Amino acid sequence: MTMIQALNSAMDVMLERDPDVLIFGEDVGYFGGVFRATEGLQKKHGLERCFDTPISESGLIGVAVGMGAYGLRPVVEIQFADYIYPAYDQIVSEVARLRYRSAGQFIAPLTIRSPYGGGIYGGQTHSQSPEALFTHVAGLKVVIPSTPYDAKGLLISAIEDDDPVIFLEPKRIYNGPFDGRHDRPLTPWAKHPASETPEGHYKVPLSEAAIVRPGASVTILAYGTMVHVALAAVEDTGVDAEVIDLRTLWPVDIDAITASVKKTGRCVIVHEATRTSGFGAELSALVQEHCFYSLEAPIERVAGWDTPYPHAFEWEYFPGPDRVATALRRVMEA
Amino acid sequence: MKKANRLSLRIPEPKARPGDLLDFGDLKLAEPGVTPRPPVDSDPRDMRDLAYGLIRVLNAEGQAVGPWAPTLSPDQLRQGLRAMMLTRAFDRRMYQAQRQGKTSFYMKCLGEEAVAVAQALALDKQDMCFPTYRQQGLFIARGCPLVDMMNQIYSNEKDALKGRQLPVLYSSREHGLFTISGNLGTQFSQAVGWAMASAYKGDDKIAAAWIGDGSTAEGDFHHALTFAAVYRAPAVLNVVNNQWAISSFHGIAGDEVAPFASRGIGYGLPALRVDGNDFLAVYAASAWAIERARSNLGATLIEHFTYRAEGHSTSDDPSRYRPAEEAARWPLGDPVKRLKDHLIVIEEWSEDQHTALETELTETVRAASKEAESHGTLAGGSRPPIGTMFEDVFKEMPWHIREQRKQMGV
Repeated sequence: MTMIQALNSAMDVMLERDPDVLIFGEDVGYFGGVFRATEGLQKKHGLERCFDTPISESGLIGVAVGMGAYGLRPVVEIQFADYIYPAYDQIVSEVARLRYRSAGQFIAPLTIRSPYGGGIYGGQTHSQSPEALFTHVAGLKVVIPSTPYDAKGLLISAIEDDDPVIFLEPKRIYNGPFDGRHDRPLTPWAKHPASETPEGHYKVPLSEAAIVRPGASVTILAYGTMVHVALAAVEDTGVDAEVIDLRTLWPVDIDAITASVKKTGRCVIVHEATRTSGFGAELSALVQEHCFYSLEAPIERVAGWDTPYPHAFEWEYFPGPDRVATALRRVMEA
Repeated sequence: MKKANRLSLRIPEPKARPGDLLDFGDLKLAEPGVTPRPPVDSDPRDMRDLAYGLIRVLNAEGQAVGPWAPTLSPDQLRQGLRAMMLTRAFDRRMYQAQRQGKTSFYMKCLGEEAVAVAQALALDKQDMCFPTYRQQGLFIARGCPLVDMMNQIYSNEKDALKGRQLPVLYSSREHGLFTISGNLGTQFSQAVGWAMASAYKGDDKIAAAWIGDGSTAEGDFHHALTFAAVYRAPAVLNVVNNQWAISSFHGIAGDEVAPFASRGIGYGLPALRVDGNDFLAVYAASAWAIERARSNLGATLIEHFTYRAEGHSTSDDPSRYRPAEEAARWPLGDPVKRLKDHLIVIEEWSEDQHTALETELTETVRAASKEAESHGTLAGGSRPPIGTMFEDVFKEMPWHIREQRKQMGV
């Protein structure tokens, strides 16, 4: 399966298993979503199980909160992560805190799916990576898959989870494992081992990272598209790096990070989002707090530049394998 | 050459500020009994006038008149009066408790008791309410124990919300009352979502939500109306127009241009504008909207035209921005007095009974507050265990919160 098909399959499985699961968002119904993630679900499961909403991100999240309070398990799509800001108050003040402020009387078991990230010439409003705006909020879980297998297993875990989950989907790798080399032909998911995706129900647990490439010399922490970019940089440099795909950003798998960095003594953090106050800053602080006496080099961050995402300079902005390679060489020389 | 017009910016201002003479002449209040009552299955397009009028039942003589006069038994009327008076007694005591330093904050609903209490009596127990911080009358009328409410206000060891919420931001799932948010307006679309869920499950319950006149300017209000109309959500959507949003008069939210009820018209929702100080009118309008929602005909917007007779909260001083006598001279009177007068007119109540009830309720509240205070107040005594501060952020406590709890030493 491609990642899109895997996500579709996860929602299909959950609609089948749980009558309290329902899906809504802009264009997700008859049309099946602008990226086709919900294609065929309305036809198969019925109009009221998968339907279109008005263009009102705040409205649809607010409605989902009420549905969650009733006892349903809404899975909502925000068409682009760049469009999520109108719903920020509902997410931060309501979704994230409902359990806490009502001492468990009400919960918001929502899954908020949203395509994020660059590499598609989407300009400023279709390319952003706002994950740190959610990892900073107490009460939210933040999940980002990097393969079709994980995407399906993580989405099922997110839907079944009683806490709200921000499920960000790296849209650049919806249809193939993009490694940042935009000038080369696309590889389809079919050629990638993690595209082997079971048809039925299975889960990839939240808050468990995956070591996608074991190594001894340096730990690379990445998620989403950047996992594939990091692997390409490792191949280019020949550095024996351990590449960790976080999969769940928060609550993060601190044990996996700590074990790896203590072993390698070096750490490079890679994300597409702007650098300042990005999730890499938190990761860097955690590594420093947990692994300081094992570190042999300063922690490196490779990130998007601190500018809005510029349309014409897609590939100068996108932190591709060359920038990761430079950071790898620098930590190895330190 | 023609001289160009100069534009000028309009900044709305209330008719009277402190020291000014009061003039309610432009209120244009419809006479009690004259507003027609359409059948509940009417097309909203045929009842638009109701958004610009004012549904009133009780006249100056205390009689219930016109087609909106509801058929309520004397017992039900006395139940309503009692709940309003209990709310008022509760407010008085808790306001005092804040002044005595037993809590950090309190908000009264003086003059607005009918808005919450009458609708609470019209709703079913199973229906879900999404209140703002000024509908304590809902909690009281729905039987939420006073001691529980006070424990929340005092953030003491028995506070069901474990000291996490600002005083008066209650929550009681047991009584069908959704956790109150301090972020204005968010509950409006949530109520519509709850109502949609009920319809999705083929249930027979409905949702009711409240919002202030000022907060109708928030996006959530408009999102709620959009979704309610699009999906025909079984909900009653109430705007409590108490004339003041802290220090900003209703005109700042735009009702000089068009009344709040008329916002419903553009969404194709039936919209009622009702005298919010008239218990019978509020009950009747609520019952109309509730019957419509339960008949699967969708949501109704109700504007309750009332007056906030107190400051916004214990942190506010209304004498700085409005004439002090405005509340006393409010042309629609006081909801408790008006219902009391009605009960006396129909010979189901007396001054003596009223005085006795007042004494009884004051004593009820006093006893409850003694009990609540025995569990601690913000000024001293027991608090919830400190370790509970770290609970309920997630269903299960993740490593980082466990670590922080350890750092706290609990």
